Amino acid sequence: MNPFIIEILQIVLLLALAPLFAGWVKMVKCWIQGRTSPSLFQPYRDIRKLLSKDVILAENASWIFRFTPYLVFGVSVMAGGIIPMLSIDLPFSATADVIALVALFAIARFFTALAGMDIGTAFGGMGSSREMTIASLAEPAMLMAVFAVSLVGKSTSLSQIVLVISQGHSLLRPSLVFALLAFILIALAETGRVPVDNPATHLELTMIHEAMILEYSGRHLALIEWAGMMKLFLFVVLGIASFFPWGIAMNDDLTAIASAFPILLLKLGFVGAALVLIETGMAKMRIFRITEFLGTAFLFATLGMLSYFMLE
Amino acid sequence: MDFSPITFIASSFAMLLFLLALTPFLRLNQRLLITIGFSLTTIASLLATIAGIWAVSSGIPYQVIVPLGLPDLPFHLRLDLLSGFFLVVVGLLSFFVSIYSIGYVKGYLGHRSITSLVVFYALFLAGMLLVVLADDAFFFLISWEMMAAASYFLVLFEDEKIENRRAAFLYLVVAHVGAIAILLSFGIMAGLATGFTGFGSYTFDAMRETELPVGWASVAFLLAFFGFSAKAGVIPLHVWLPEAHPVAPSNVSALMSGVMLKTAIYGIVRVVFDLIGVFPWWWGALVLVFGLVSAVMGVLYALMQHDLKRLLAYHSVENIGIILIGIGLAMIFTSFDMSLLAALALIAGLYHTLNHAMFKGLLFMGAGAVLQATHERNMEEMGGLIRYMPWTAVLFLIGCISISALPPFNGFVSEWLTYQAFLLSPALPSPLLNLLIPLGAALLALTSALAAACFVKAFGVTFLGHQRGQHQGQVHEVRWSMRIGMLLAALTCLVLGVMPTFMIKWMDPIAEDLVGGTIAASASGFGWMWLTPIAAERASYSAPIAFLGILSVVVATYLLLHTRPGAIRRVPLWDCGFEKITNRMQYTATSFAMPLRRIFGYLFNIKEHVRQLPPATHPSFPERLHYHLKVRDRFWGWLYQPVVDASFWLSRRIGRMQHGHIQVYLIYSFVTIVVLLIFLR
Repeated sequence: MNPFIIEILQIVLLLALAPLFAGWVKMVKCWIQGRTSPSLFQPYRDIRKLLSKDVILAENASWIFRFTPYLVFGVSVMAGGIIPMLSIDLPFSATADVIALVALFAIARFFTALAGMDIGTAFGGMGSSREMTIASLAEPAMLMAVFAVSLVGKSTSLSQIVLVISQGHSLLRPSLVFALLAFILIALAETGRVPVDNPATHLELTMIHEAMILEYSGRHLALIEWAGMMKLFLFVVLGIASFFPWGIAMNDDLTAIASAFPILLLKLGFVGAALVLIETGMAKMRIFRITEFLGTAFLFATLGMLSYFMLE
Repeated sequence: MDFSPITFIASSFAMLLFLLALTPFLRLNQRLLITIGFSLTTIASLLATIAGIWAVSSGIPYQVIVPLGLPDLPFHLRLDLLSGFFLVVVGLLSFFVSIYSIGYVKGYLGHRSITSLVVFYALFLAGMLLVVLADDAFFFLISWEMMAAASYFLVLFEDEKIENRRAAFLYLVVAHVGAIAILLSFGIMAGLATGFTGFGSYTFDAMRETELPVGWASVAFLLAFFGFSAKAGVIPLHVWLPEAHPVAPSNVSALMSGVMLKTAIYGIVRVVFDLIGVFPWWWGALVLVFGLVSAVMGVLYALMQHDLKRLLAYHSVENIGIILIGIGLAMIFTSFDMSLLAALALIAGLYHTLNHAMFKGLLFMGAGAVLQATHERNMEEMGGLIRYMPWTAVLFLIGCISISALPPFNGFVSEWLTYQAFLLSPALPSPLLNLLIPLGAALLALTSALAAACFVKAFGVTFLGHQRGQHQGQVHEVRWSMRIGMLLAALTCLVLGVMPTFMIKWMDPIAEDLVGGTIAASASGFGWMWLTPIAAERASYSAPIAFLGILSVVVATYLLLHTRPGAIRRVPLWDCGFEKITNRMQYTATSFAMPLRRIFGYLFNIKEHVRQLPPATHPSFPERLHYHLKVRDRFWGWLYQPVVDASFWLSRRIGRMQHGHIQVYLIYSFVTIVVLLIFLR
C-alpha cells in the first residue's frame, strides 16, 4: 500500500476515533461510578450540534481569539500524521521528531493561553496563568521522559524508536520503566485529566483548561473540543507507540496494517479503562500540590535517564 | 584596487566617519540630522553585513595593518570566518534598528537635542564592528573601550533621571572590571608568547602560534571568561544589565541587548578555540554550568518583572545562557576529540547567537514602539493595545513566538540543535559529565517552557484584554519606518526558522575552521527541506513541511466551516454570567506570575505585604486592600551588597585621615617620600 494512503488513513482514523475514545472513557467512567452512561457516540453529536450553531463572539475579541481554534485543530491533525498509529512507514514521520512534537503541542497551548487572556475576563487570565504554570513544569518532565526513551532507541525519531523498541523485546529495561511512570503522570497533566484538572467541571475555582475557553461558542468551540479529544487520543497513541509498540506494522504491507487496526482498538480500549480507574480512584489536587505531582514525574524521568547511563 | 570584503567594510567605516564629520553642520536642523544620520548608519551596517557574508562564503582570511596608534605598534585587522559571522550578526540587526531609529528618534524632537544620540550611536556601531575585526590585543581593547564608553553615554542619554545615572554608573563599573580581566588575560597570553620584555607578541597571530602551559592557559581562560561574562551578563555578573538596558533609548537597548552582548560571545569563542586552541574538558563544563545557571535564573527573574523592557533585559541573560550551553558543549566535545559533535554544538550556539540578535532586537523595537505610543514601560498600565497598534502587535507576537522556541520560527531551530547535541553525546569518559549532561538537557527544557509562560504574560498583559491605563484614548500605531524595521527583523526570524539547512551550510566552514568538524553534508543529506544534523534515523525536523502542513489544515478547516453562512454576533462578555466586570478584574502581570512565584519563591528575595485600609465594617468585607510586592535579585544581596558596604566602610575609615589641617597633609607627604626613598632606591 502506498505510504501516502496510510498517512491519509491515519489522519482519518484520528479524526474519527478521537471522539469515540472520549465517549468510551466517559461510558466506562459512568459504569464504574454507578451512573447511566450517555451513548458511545455522544461526542459526535455534540460536535455536530456545535458546528451548526452560530458564533457568539465577545465584542472586544481580537483576531487571536478567532485564529486559535483553527491553529489548535491544525496542530492536532499535523501531530496525527507524525505519530505512528498503524504503521511506521509514514512519509510525514520525518517532519518532526519527538522534541519537535512536544514543541508543536506547545505552540497550540501558547495560543490557547493567549486566547484566554484576549477577552480580558478574570477567568480567562486565571486559566492561562495556571495552564502555563503547569505546562512549564510538565514540559521539562515530558522532554526528560522522551530523552530516556530516545536514548534507548538511539534516536529521537518516533518511527525509529518504535522499530528499535519493538525489536528489543524488553520493557524490563529500568530506564523504560521509569520513563513510562513519568509519562503516565505527565499525560494526565497535559491532557487535563482528573488529579490535575477536571475536564467535566465548570466550578470556578477548580477549572484550568475550561477557564481559558469559556467564551468560545459555535464552530470555534467545536474545533477546540474536538482538538482536545484528539490531544487525549494522541497522547495515548504516543504512549502506546513508545512503550507498547508491538502490533504496529513495520512496513506498508496490507495484511500487517489490517492486523494492526484491531490491536490498536484493543489497546485503546484497555488504556481507556485504565485511565478511568486512575481518574475514579483519585481526587483532584489543589493547584499547588501539582508541583509535587509533576516533580515526581520529573524525578522518575531523571532516574530513567540516569539508569540508562549507569546500568545499560 | 581589488574588490573584496575589505572594500565593503572600509566603505562602511567611511560612512560612519562621514556622518561624524557632518554632525557639527547638521545639528542646527535636528530633523534633517535624524534622517541623514540614521540613513548613513543604515547603509554602513548594510555594507558591513555584505562584507561579513562574503568573508564567510569565501573562506579566506583577509588581513590589514593600519599604521595608526603608538609608534611601532600598528593596528592589526583581520576579517576571517568568525569575524565575518559576527559582522553579519552586528550588521544585520544594526541595519534593521537604524531604519527603525529614523522614526523612533523623531519622538524626541522638541523635547531634547538628539545630537549626542546620533554621534554616540555611530561610535557605538563602529566600536562593535572594530571589536570583531581587531587582530591584536592593543587594538581589541581600544575598540572594546570605545564600544563601552559610547554605550555608557547612550545609557545616560536621558540624564535628568536619577535611575539612568545610577544604571550608567553601575554599567561603567562592571564594564571596566571586566575589561581589566580581559587585559590581564591578554597580558598572560602575550607574555608567554615571547616573554615579558618585548612588545612583539601583542598580535593575535603570535598568541595563536604559542602553545601555553596548561596552568597558565587556565589562568588566561578564567580571566577572559570572567571579563567577557561581565559584558555578556552571565549570572552572577548580570546585575548591570536589567538596570542599563531598560533606561537607554529603545533603539539603543535593541542594539545593546541584541548585539553588544554578542561581542562577548565572540571574545570567548575567539580566545578559547582560536587563540588557545587546546584545553582540558573542565573548561567546557565550567562554561556549560554557568550557561545553565544563567538560562534558568534569567528566565525566572524575567517572569517576575512587570516592566516590559526589564523583562526583555532579563531574557537576554537567559539567552546568553543558552548560547553558552552550546559553546560549553562544543568545548567539552573538542577536548575529547569528537569533532562532529563539537561542530554540531558550536553551530547550535552560533545559530542561537544570530537568532537571539534578531528576535531580541525585534522585541526591543516593539517595546520601544509601545513606549513611544503609551509613554509607559509598566505592563500593568497597558492592555488591549492590539486594537490600537495592529502592526506592532503582530510583529511583537512573532518575536514572542521566536524567543519562546516554538516552531516554525528561528528560536526553535537552535534550541533543537542544542538538544540534539545533548542527546547525541554518547557516554563520555567522565562520570561527572554523564550526570551533568542529562541534567543540562532537563534544565534547558525548563528554560524554554518558562520562557513560553513569560511571553504569554508579556504579550497577553500588554496587547490583549482591556485597556488598564489612563491615557489610552490617544494611542495610535507608530511611524512607517519603525514598522519596516520591525517587519524586516520578523521576516528574518521566519526565514531563519524555516530554512535552517541553508544557514548551516553557510556556517559550516566556521565550525571546520575552529573545531575541525563539519555537519553540513549530513544536515542537508535529504535535501534542503529536511534538517538531519547527524543522520535521518537519529533525528530529523522539517520546518517547511510542518509550517505548510499546519497552514494548509488551518486554511482547509476555515474554508470548510465557512461554506455555510453562519453569522457571527458580537455581544458583551459572558464570563459565566457575571455582569459588572471592570477592567481592573483582569489578570495582571503580577497575578499571572503568582503560581510560579510561589513555586520558585526560594530563589528570590520576596517581600509581600497585604494591608487592609479602613473603614472596614467587617474583616470579611474590606473596603480596600493595599497590596505591596517587592521581588529582588538574591545575587545583589549575596555578592554586591557586601562589596558596596565594604567600600563605604573603607571610605569612612580612610576619611578619618582627612583633617583639613595643612600641616598634617605635609607630614603625610614627608612620610611617603621617606618610605619611597627607603624601599625604591
